[in-house]
Amino acid sequence: MTSRAAWTFVSPALIAIAIFFVVPVIAALGLSFTDFDIYGVADRHNVRFIGFDNYRRLFATPLFWSALRNTVFFVAVGAPLSIAASLGAAVLLDARVVRARGVFRTALFAPVVTTVVAVAVIWRYIFHARYGFLNYVLGWIGLHPIDWLGDPHWSMPAMIVFAVWKNFGYNMIIFVAGLQSIPADLYEAARIDGAGRLAQFRFITVPALAPTMLLVTILTMVGYFQLFAEPYVMTRGGPAQSTTSVLYFMFEEGFKWWNLGYASAIAFVLFAIMLGGTLLQLALARRWSRA
Amino acid sequence: MTHAAGLPRGTRMVMSVVVAVVVALGACGACGDRRETTVRLWAMGREGEVVAQLVPEFERSHPGVHVEVQQLPWTSAHEKLLTAYVGDATPDIAQLGNTWLPELAALDALAPLDTAVAASTIVRSADYFPGIWDTNQVEGVLYGVPWYVDTRLLFYRRDILAAAGFTRPPGSWAEWLTQMRAIKAQVGRERFALLLPLDEFEQLLSLALQGDDPLLRDHGQFGNFRTAGFRRALTFYLQCFIEQLAPVTTQIQVANVWDELGRGYFTFFLHGPWSIGELKRRLPAALQASWATAPLPGPNGPGAALAGGSSLVVFRRSAHPREAWQLIEYLSAPEIQRQFYDLTGNLPPRRTSWDDARFRSEAHVQAFRDQLERVRRTPPVAEWERIATEMRVISERAARRVSPTTTPAELAAIVDAAATELDAHTDQLLEKRRWMLGRTARSAP
Repeated sequence: MTSRAAWTFVSPALIAIAIFFVVPVIAALGLSFTDFDIYGVADRHNVRFIGFDNYRRLFATPLFWSALRNTVFFVAVGAPLSIAASLGAAVLLDARVVRARGVFRTALFAPVVTTVVAVAVIWRYIFHARYGFLNYVLGWIGLHPIDWLGDPHWSMPAMIVFAVWKNFGYNMIIFVAGLQSIPADLYEAARIDGAGRLAQFRFITVPALAPTMLLVTILTMVGYFQLFAEPYVMTRGGPAQSTTSVLYFMFEEGFKWWNLGYASAIAFVLFAIMLGGTLLQLALARRWSRA
Repeated sequence: MTHAAGLPRGTRMVMSVVVAVVVALGACGACGDRRETTVRLWAMGREGEVVAQLVPEFERSHPGVHVEVQQLPWTSAHEKLLTAYVGDATPDIAQLGNTWLPELAALDALAPLDTAVAASTIVRSADYFPGIWDTNQVEGVLYGVPWYVDTRLLFYRRDILAAAGFTRPPGSWAEWLTQMRAIKAQVGRERFALLLPLDEFEQLLSLALQGDDPLLRDHGQFGNFRTAGFRRALTFYLQCFIEQLAPVTTQIQVANVWDELGRGYFTFFLHGPWSIGELKRRLPAALQASWATAPLPGPNGPGAALAGGSSLVVFRRSAHPREAWQLIEYLSAPEIQRQFYDLTGNLPPRRTSWDDARFRSEAHVQAFRDQLERVRRTPPVAEWERIATEMRVISERAARRVSPTTTPAELAAIVDAAATELDAHTDQLLEKRRWMLGRTARSAP
């Protein structure tokens, strides 16, 4: 009886999820085994079932591997930087000496709520090789100007700088909440035992924040794997495809060239990679919490 | 002093509604019992805004036909056309970038116009620039009528060219190289002779079209980039980077080409007619006499250029093809095309329209008039834009590999490798097309 009532209550949500999520995902999986493209749009007799050919072709495409490299670089460098910036800002905000905390919190959080397209346009000016503010500042300290968005070696670092600036505020708020839940008497006890600021951070703050940290790393990693809007607005995947991410690659194949079968295959490969990354993180977290 | 003034507010409102309805009915009764046909027209961007001003005259001369103009933003137009096709919601008539035409023809979404043109006294194919007319034919069938043309030719700084010792723009590639070298020697390291943005394919494509061989071979089934013509174009293109005549940069990085031309960052760039208006608007009065346009030089003498622009097409599922065709005829009349030019700056596709004082007195568009006699279409296959993008990617990589120390032998090897790779990628992109053509051939006895 109770279980039937429970099913009744959850069924609207389940039906909605089934129609708008499960069915499209299954359809996309099916699509990834076909060569559905613009000709398929015209007439479905133009669609061929090709088994794993899309996947085979994908793994044989150099651009896929360079897109994957770009994305992994972005995640491996950008995500830790972003988390470090968030944690640093959160610890500063949490310090007793800080006044007007609300103002700082709002100011640091502001980039998160701005639209990525609008601020990307502004950052494009900041990064401009000849008139940009960043190179102007570099000039003060006697460094040569860098062609941030025009040099394939610097475009990804530029993208990371922008993404970290844009996103760190979100995790910062989560960390602030985590910090506030640490009982003050722990710090007090540590101080009495003679622990310095660094030791307090290392032995109280970090372990107490571990669950928050796990959540933040998973969210950040998943988010950073989906790098798309930044290159789309700032560089269109260039220069020399150095900022083409897996998702950008998928977008171009799917919605620019209408190779929907092939694009679906890319989506599933990206899904598998992200699933693997998340499982790895969970396993590591479990091992650390046991140790 | 009226009766209504004394009535309660609600009653007054009801009365005014009744009056309005009666007036409306009366108006309709006066216009007779002719049924009104609505022709739906989709147009993009600025053209969409402007065509609405031309339509009332058409409605006056064609009583009973109402034209509903829908404006699409250029950025999402392609997607909207395809989704409209899938959703069976295509308009009667649309503006179509002429490189999109082969794709929609492959979808069998467009109505053939050969018979309509043959019977028309207004649309006369011989009056159109041949390269532009060609872009509307796929497999020998006509699917569109050119509305306006667009091509890329040289914009340049006359004063910088003169300071380098030349009074006339280049007439051939060799002359162009000589001029650019002289300019580079004058302007120094920080400035350049030519802008070839690495994120655009139009520059190299314009040079490649000047060759004698088509860019695809065997009925558009295979890439044809290993020809002498394409190699020569790519060699010229890369030579500009080797000698640092052109900066290794992208359009996004330059941000504003018109201002940069004004600053003298480069002396030549390849652009379309819309740049005439931009340069007039953006450059200071002191510089207005210092810039000019010139036809694109070819390998040996005046060269071909891209046949771009938009066409008007009728969709196969249109319920009013007759009225749609009448609208195309109306918009194709030379006088209307001149009005359209006044409103948009878009250049007309037929010679008669050009035969007018407003064009003769405008020096900047005269180079376009000359160039339009020598424009060439890109291969009419649905995959073309993808292939052109592939060409851009491969040539960008090559441009980033060369340096002032690259020897002619190394350059030849780079060009060779790029052409081979481009052919291989193109053949792969055309696999589906080959399969479909093969199937049609198999099913036909």
